[in-house]
Amino acid sequence: MRRWLFLLTLLPALALAQDMVTRDGVTMTAAQEAQAEAIGDQLRCLVCQNESIEDSDAKLAAQLRGIIRQQVVQGVPPRRIMDYMVQRYGIFVLLKPPVSPLTWLLYAMPALALALGGMAWLFAARRKAAPPAPLSEAERARLDELL
Amino acid sequence: MSPLRRRLLFGIPLALAVAGGEAFYVILRRMQANNYDPHALPSPLLGKRPPSFSLPGIAGMQGFANTDLAAPPKPMLVNWFASWCVPCLQEAPMLAKLAAGGLTIWGIAYEDDPQALAQFLQQNGNPYQRLAADASGTTAINWGVYGVPETYFIDKTGIVRWRYAGALTDDVVARYLNPLLAKYS
Repeated sequence: MRRWLFLLTLLPALALAQDMVTRDGVTMTAAQEAQAEAIGDQLRCLVCQNESIEDSDAKLAAQLRGIIRQQVVQGVPPRRIMDYMVQRYGIFVLLKPPVSPLTWLLYAMPALALALGGMAWLFAARRKAAPPAPLSEAERARLDELL
Repeated sequence: MSPLRRRLLFGIPLALAVAGGEAFYVILRRMQANNYDPHALPSPLLGKRPPSFSLPGIAGMQGFANTDLAAPPKPMLVNWFASWCVPCLQEAPMLAKLAAGGLTIWGIAYEDDPQALAQFLQQNGNPYQRLAADASGTTAINWGVYGVPETYFIDKTGIVRWRYAGALTDDVVARYLNPLLAKYS
């Protein structure tokens, strides 16, 4: 009976252990893995350049995933982990570029396109031809004659 | 439709198409002339000192630390390479030529096997005055290295002035390295 009771006390530990995942050499909770994935999804793989480091098979991407996971386990805030990557690889590592003088035109593009389209529409509306002047007496007579 | 409007309706799309074609032509021409690489990244290390590191030597050579790069007597190169990397093999003759011309080149072997590396040096010559091993690739990540070979130009004050990702060719040396040597020597 005592032995059974002892085993029962171990049950929660077992549940906790099942919740752990190991990826890229780091063992962590499922919540930490989710947090690490959310960070990795925003970072560009430098080797393939059009994949996030979460999606990439490149060795460098695996190493960077490992670093992200180690830092997540250590409790480093996501913001600091992103800064760690930008410090090493520049803003190109961010899949979503930050707003900076270099990217102002990029972010202003939707507004500019809308403004340009609106202007074209306004011009078109304003230029709509006035209705033709009513027929004069002579024209009406000529029309009747033709019909 | 007024003649002006007709001309605009025809002329504006034509002008845009011509401008777009011209832009593509310029980009392709520059790519062909090795003057533009759309994959190249600016290194955040430019204008800074290399990050703190200390790597052991490999293949019987002396390793080095960031402090050894603090004030070289003359401008020098740090070349990241590996025996398993094909472009590194291609640039070996160029490195040998530069070393023979008196340029100081220190190497860092990236995630390499000591035996394979020794064989590589035996077959392709050893242009390096010092040779360190980054077995784990951690120092490479701290430098922002994203592939081998990569070459860093370090001036007499220990500041990184240029990073080139890819094999050094005659063209790269003439276009970038020689002007840098003239400027910082």
